Amino acid sequence: MGLRRRYLPLAGLLAAVIGVQLAASATNSTFYLTQLTMAAYYCLVIIGLCLLMGYAGQISLGHAGFFAIGGYLSAALTSHNFTAVSDTLLMRTLDRAGLLLHHQSLYGDSLLSLQPWLAFFIAIGVAVLIAFVLGIPVLKLKGHYLAMATLGFGIIIYRIVLAAEFFGEADGISEVPPFQLMPGLAVSGDFSARVQNYYIAWALLLFGLLLLLNLINSRMGRALRAIHGSEEAAEAIGINTARAKLYTFVISAAFAAVAGSLLTHFNGGIGPSEASVMKSVRYVAIVAVGGMANLWGAMAMGIILNFMSLRGMFGSYDDAVFGGVLLLIMLFAPQGILSLRLKNILWAKRPMTGK
Amino acid sequence: MEFSLFLQYLFAGITYGIIYAIVAIGFNIIYNTTGIINFAQGEFLMLGGMISISLLQVMPLPLAIAAAVAITMVVGALIQMVFIRWIENPSVLRMVIITIGISILIREAALHIWGESVRTLPYFIGSSVTAVTLFGTRISPQVLIVIGTCSIMVLFLSIFFRYTSLGREMRACAANRRAATLCGINVKNMVTFSFMLSAGIGALAGAVMSPITYSQYDNGTGLAIKGFTVAILGGLGNSLAAVAAGLFLGIIEAFSITILPLAFQDAVAIAILLLILFIRPHGLFGSSEAARLKEF
Repeated sequence: MGLRRRYLPLAGLLAAVIGVQLAASATNSTFYLTQLTMAAYYCLVIIGLCLLMGYAGQISLGHAGFFAIGGYLSAALTSHNFTAVSDTLLMRTLDRAGLLLHHQSLYGDSLLSLQPWLAFFIAIGVAVLIAFVLGIPVLKLKGHYLAMATLGFGIIIYRIVLAAEFFGEADGISEVPPFQLMPGLAVSGDFSARVQNYYIAWALLLFGLLLLLNLINSRMGRALRAIHGSEEAAEAIGINTARAKLYTFVISAAFAAVAGSLLTHFNGGIGPSEASVMKSVRYVAIVAVGGMANLWGAMAMGIILNFMSLRGMFGSYDDAVFGGVLLLIMLFAPQGILSLRLKNILWAKRPMTGK
Repeated sequence: MEFSLFLQYLFAGITYGIIYAIVAIGFNIIYNTTGIINFAQGEFLMLGGMISISLLQVMPLPLAIAAAVAITMVVGALIQMVFIRWIENPSVLRMVIITIGISILIREAALHIWGESVRTLPYFIGSSVTAVTLFGTRISPQVLIVIGTCSIMVLFLSIFFRYTSLGREMRACAANRRAATLCGINVKNMVTFSFMLSAGIGALAGAVMSPITYSQYDNGTGLAIKGFTVAILGGLGNSLAAVAAGLFLGIIEAFSITILPLAFQDAVAIAILLLILFIRPHGLFGSSEAARLKEF
């Protein structure tokens, strides 16, 4: 694929992002931007999972777990009060480095919490570490075993956040402070910061997409597609399949954790439903609808379906819609919904051309 | 630990263990004829419990359970005929996702029919405080009913697969699909039948366990993952080993309460699952050579 063909759609997307914001501001309907911001963060999880499922061919039914690790750690570390342990060596060192925040509660008690940047890096670091440690044995598995193992991982994370007092049990964590990225730029749910946050989320998504587009067109991307085709054959031509799969798994986990952390700051809280199996299945569903090995398709479907779901268009049938969509796509169009549309519109089949 | 308390835990473990074994056998029956792991297996138990609770309002208990089992078997057959029967040579990933989709749809349908409330069948004999004394400890007769029913099912299934012609035909499909077809066995019908059988035993287990474990629209997923753990522990496709593995997991889980908070009970089973998958993916009782020949 030529460089121009790779980057032109990105420029088009950027123009669309700006256009939507201008239109929303002009028609005084910026409330749509809130859902588009959230959809962009979810999309970050989805394009990461798309790399893993579509290109490396490995299913993960536990990605909500990585999202939750990112979100919950960010939330807990920035909103809990660490005054009680402020005398420990670790906390004093962090304090001296300016990584702690001192503030006062409503009643005048002094509060001590971590800087969001520090919490962010800890959260992503933990998610990457867990993905690495989990990935080594898990990615040796195939098919049903891999699906069940990742599902099991997701359920363990769900159980932990539901049972641990540190993570707020069934209530989750609320009143998570804004994330001051740099002076004048913060991830927060304030109404005044709506436009700003819309651009932060979409800039991140575009950046993530750019990274992945470059990755799949690199030596690594070709290796992944070889693995997807046949692992034995890929191994035979000298690809270190275990390493390639592991890196992909870790990258997709990192994407999920980043999205989890930032969306939690944006929403000002996180609850256990973010870690539920249904969320993981939803991510898989969207990747499947988008056409598995199709980053653009996964992204488009991620934005559309998440936006509709967040606007409450599916009512109490939210989960049923995602389950039904998943089932229908897998039954009738395993290549994704875009493959259906193209066939119908173009009538005649075109000869296959290499990408 | 006191001896009677020990027995209490042991019986709780056996009760859950044998239920897990039934779920695992349900997995095995379908896996053997199709090579598919049916992720909607746990939903059959939920349906069995929920339908019999609803039917109890219009008919006596034994009839309600029998009807619930029959209805669930029809549901199982319909699932196979609508979603699976006509797909030629599907990839494993596709089948995994399809059965997950089916399980979500069943669960959501149950949510809209029965709501979120926790329901339960009445105790078959006496009430929740009725107890029989066994080895010096007090056990609810319902526990014995669950253990008895499940044991009879296991016995019935092994006789069925070994001595009836239908059971033998199903085993032939498991051993070699093409050879079975050449012998004049209608493989597709056998697959439909395996879904019915698997739905039926699941529904019966779901109904008899309902007074103890309660029924709710979403308790299928937990049961499915436990059942899968047991199926793997025993080596996929091996039903007698699944009983041993089920009892093993149930008893470990029951005793885990003595050292871990209840909330982590599920995590224990899943941690065991992950460990087994990493160390011996072919199961404690399965052979690695047989596992290598199977398509996952």
